[in-house]
Amino acid sequence: MATPAPQRWDRKMQQRLARGEEAALGELYDRYASLVHSLASRVLGDDEAANHITREVFGYIWENPDAYDPKHGSLRSWIATLTQRQAVHRLRQLQNRGRSTPDEVEARVRRANTAARADFIVTSMPAPLRAALELAYRDRVDYRTAAAGLGVSEDEARRRLRLGLQLLSTAMEPGGHTDGHTGHPHDPRGQRGHR
Amino acid sequence: MSGPAYRNGDGPHSGDGANEPRVPYQREQFGPHGPERGSYEEPAPYEQHGPAGSAAGDLVAGEQDPEAQPQLPHYDHRTLKSLLGAWALSVCSHDESLAVEVHLTDCATCAEEALRLRDAVGLLHQEESLDLDPLLRARVLEGCLGRRPARIPVPEWAGPYDAEAARLDALLRDLGDDYWKAPVELKWHAGEPRSERFTVAQVIGHLTAVDSLIARSLGLPPDSGEAAADPPRPGLGGLGLGLGMGIASRARLRRSRGLGDFPLEPVERTTAHWATHSMLPGSTVRSLWREQSHNLVRTVSFAGSGAAGLDVDYGSFALPLEDAFLDRAFECWIHANDIADAVDYPYDPPAPRNLNRIIDMVAARLLPEALADRRRAGLTTSPTRLVAAGAPGRSLLLEVEGKGGGRWYLPLDSPGAVASPEETVAHVAMDSVEFCQLAAGHIEPERIAFGQSGDRDVIRDVLFAAASLSRL
Repeated sequence: MATPAPQRWDRKMQQRLARGEEAALGELYDRYASLVHSLASRVLGDDEAANHITREVFGYIWENPDAYDPKHGSLRSWIATLTQRQAVHRLRQLQNRGRSTPDEVEARVRRANTAARADFIVTSMPAPLRAALELAYRDRVDYRTAAAGLGVSEDEARRRLRLGLQLLSTAMEPGGHTDGHTGHPHDPRGQRGHR
Repeated sequence: MSGPAYRNGDGPHSGDGANEPRVPYQREQFGPHGPERGSYEEPAPYEQHGPAGSAAGDLVAGEQDPEAQPQLPHYDHRTLKSLLGAWALSVCSHDESLAVEVHLTDCATCAEEALRLRDAVGLLHQEESLDLDPLLRARVLEGCLGRRPARIPVPEWAGPYDAEAARLDALLRDLGDDYWKAPVELKWHAGEPRSERFTVAQVIGHLTAVDSLIARSLGLPPDSGEAAADPPRPGLGGLGLGLGMGIASRARLRRSRGLGDFPLEPVERTTAHWATHSMLPGSTVRSLWREQSHNLVRTVSFAGSGAAGLDVDYGSFALPLEDAFLDRAFECWIHANDIADAVDYPYDPPAPRNLNRIIDMVAARLLPEALADRRRAGLTTSPTRLVAAGAPGRSLLLEVEGKGGGRWYLPLDSPGAVASPEETVAHVAMDSVEFCQLAAGHIEPERIAFGQSGDRDVIRDVLFAAASLSRL
């Protein structure tokens, strides 16, 4: 759940972009370029193609800042959705040019969609769960140390890690098959497990 | 960080059968030595940390031998289930891991969940690409501005600062939070070569302190920690909370107000800044610097190009805002490069267009002044002539080669004299990056490689004047 401060940042950023402030564009890039680029590389598996998507996505946002509706989620998840769509679109274009087989493309789209959902879940899960997961996964801290660091009991640390992963696992397709859509949780049509 | 490879080979649901999900053991996941983490090989002694709710009597010291299953401590089902998340993340003790794994062989419910959670771990990843091409920023922004011109553009002279600050920020992001105390050697030239070791955090604090001279001249409140997040004009809103800027850090900063009284002289200002900011965590040091740099670029964008001539007071000297921004871009690059060197990272020079602007500022504007200062102080050997401002005088042709280079005629008799090509008495050629390193005090004037012709005394004076531009 987004905290109020980022929402405010999002709205101000949108206003600044709408106003045509080049400095805002730079700040937006500094904050989100690595997100856009990594999402695009995940779909396309190619650095140059990801650079291209990065140009497209920021170009679109700069030209259409009003297309973002803060009521439907954070700026970050909107940007992630745009990136995902652009990248999948690009992937299908490349497929039509015979660069990959349809099966490869579909598998990649599925993986990318799962990853995008997972990303959305991680960034929108309650902060205590995310903090516990970050300590365990990113900082490689054992759960007892994590409990001490978070000021909670070991029991609670175990609970948070398990619950966090349970939430995250909802990003995966049940039974390993996919519904094949290209949506993202930010987009209600693509939402799974978040209604 | 791409994260450890947690995936189990060929996908999430490649078990032996739908009804018998097979959960790989930790040892299969990570090889015989466990994950790349010392703590796994030094399991916490469970005797002292028995899971809550377990009867102490159940905890019998288990063997380290994974085959010795019967001797494992006994955990009840509830505890084992609660351990599944920690187990999937490999952050429980060795004995707990073994106990979970033994349990999974005869509890289908837990085994199913364990498999699912382990797959979920594979979905955790670092969101950011760490190998983003630093030149991409300029290309993306240019592409955007081609599609829709900015109504409030960043002044051209602030562009190099904007770009260099973004590159340094990307370096700091790549380095992560483990490097804030890494030693960085800074070099400068104060009559003789000087060098001193600082930490990465101190170097960023130094940049913040000197950048704040510009903030001050623009009327921005001291320290961007909180106050400077206010908009330069009503209705624009602040920049929001800085990344990694905790409430405690902000409170500490608030207590250390009075930053507006810092000395203007850059080194003294830096020292004062270090004294009040030494307790801040590295991530806060970074976000303070970055908030301020974003704020500076934003503020001069609103001020427009008319602000270019505004003076920035450095205590013992002043620079027009335009040159101050270029000077800050220069120092940002040089110190970013110092940090990169210290941690053995590659770091390129600025993009040619930006490098050219920096060299132009150094060669055409700072260098003649520095030469005149040294003449007045009796530190030069070449003879001089009295030339009225605006009148033609003798010149040195500085030919800077390589990316960002160009040709500059430097006035030798007085900064105000017109450097005329007809009265060129010396010609120096050197590489663009080396010229910058000379002016940054990173290469001594006696050691720089250059081609020369003409008056050697003049050349020597100009090279030493270039070196004298450097400071901490």
